[in-house]
Amino acid sequence: MRAGPGRRRFLLAAALGLAARPARGQASARVVVVGGGFGGATCARELRRGGLDVTLVEPNAAYTSCPFSNAVVAGLREMNGQHFGYGALRGEGVKLAPHAATGIDVRARRVALPDGSVLDYDRLVLAPGIDLRFDALPGYDEAAAQVLPHAWKAGEQTVLLRRQIEAMEDGGTVVIVAPANPFRCPPGPYERASLIAHYLSIHKPRSKLLILDAKDGFSKQGLFQQAWAELYPGMIEWVGLSAGGKAVRVDAGERSVETEFGIHPAEVINVIPPQRAGRIARDAGAADRSGWCPIDPVTFESKLLPDVHVIGDACIAGGMPKSAFSANAQAKVCAAAVASLLRGEQPPAPKLINTCYSLVAPGYGISVAGVYRPAGGVLADVEGAGGVSPLHAPPDVRSREAAYAYAWFQTITAEVFG
Amino acid sequence: VRAFGLGAALLLGAALPGLAQPAAPPGAASCSGCHGAHVSTAIPSLEGRSPDEIADAMRAFRSGERPATVMNRVAKGFTDEETRAIAAWVGLGR
Repeated sequence: MRAGPGRRRFLLAAALGLAARPARGQASARVVVVGGGFGGATCARELRRGGLDVTLVEPNAAYTSCPFSNAVVAGLREMNGQHFGYGALRGEGVKLAPHAATGIDVRARRVALPDGSVLDYDRLVLAPGIDLRFDALPGYDEAAAQVLPHAWKAGEQTVLLRRQIEAMEDGGTVVIVAPANPFRCPPGPYERASLIAHYLSIHKPRSKLLILDAKDGFSKQGLFQQAWAELYPGMIEWVGLSAGGKAVRVDAGERSVETEFGIHPAEVINVIPPQRAGRIARDAGAADRSGWCPIDPVTFESKLLPDVHVIGDACIAGGMPKSAFSANAQAKVCAAAVASLLRGEQPPAPKLINTCYSLVAPGYGISVAGVYRPAGGVLADVEGAGGVSPLHAPPDVRSREAAYAYAWFQTITAEVFG
Repeated sequence: VRAFGLGAALLLGAALPGLAQPAAPPGAASCSGCHGAHVSTAIPSLEGRSPDEIADAMRAFRSGERPATVMNRVAKGFTDEETRAIAAWVGLGR
């Protein structure tokens, strides 16, 4: 017998649903999901397919994807390809609360909304993503971000950075200020540098790109630096922490970045500031002193709050990076765990996969992958697995990985929003 | 337990879809992030592939016998037993 995806969905739904229904004749258990990004939307959809009563709290009418927004910055792609609505979720019976949650009463198991109404829950899933810290780098606040864009939440900021680069004269300098770990999308600043260099090498070849970094190493570093030397010789300079790369102050009026070693004026300055879990999770008490949310690696339950789960960029996922792939994989494990727990059963230990592609140029992709399992209270790397693309590989490998990067984006956005 | 879950998945999945199904075995839920059932892309779909075919491919990726860009790195994270459970689940209902 051969069956299509519909049957597969049905089987998964049956698995989750029968597990989760409290008892015959009772109403379905209520799960509230806060945040409609790759993690929250995936989780809401999976929970709903299991027959649960699911409300997704998300103020935006559509999600704007950070993955592939670096291609928008570099003029390789338009913003309209980054937006994904919630119509498919609504069609499957996920209730949408189009608000930003204002508070969480953990004892009453209740989420407050700005119109004064509340959502009662049996289990709560927090997927708030990141907040940019506008208190961490002197001179960098929300007003400064209108001049020195972060573009680390996709949308207007993405377009602003692109326009600044397009308006720059040939021979100008673009500076990217990169944060210390942990932060959303570890290879992201370097993919961005690569694609901006691609644009500059065609349109403004006398220009330079300087990365001022608060750390001494970065994701896929060997691969990026090899590709930079090959594709953009002399254009990109990376300055790490011990060489004086850490920004200590920015000046939006002067358009400059100050490090311990000197002041760098530049025509375009992209400041990727330090980050922490989204405010709603911190206000609820789900975050520790690090600003991120510790979780049980089997169930994604908060280690600090009962009946609350945290997934995606906001959680402390051990070896798993803060990526859309990770958030999607975590969401599916979390949904199954929530269903088990509502049935009164302890979920089995999961394994999770992450794969992150980066484009160094159109047709030139590199990747990092990992496999993770619960160990010592965190999600630890499975030793011997994972790693980055080979340093020495023929062009067809780079070109296939670029094709896979696009394929992954098509697939994951279809799974989450399509 | 895993062997039983695997058998139950195949039997119940084919014959009694209304009854409870086992949860995805460790790792299996991650696959659909790249291998979509509803879109045609450069990444091969797993749709219509038998559990044996998937398990054999994973074994060959793990040993290096079959060249790959990323699946060699992913396959090394799973034992043969885990791989067979994933293959059976991914192939469920076919």
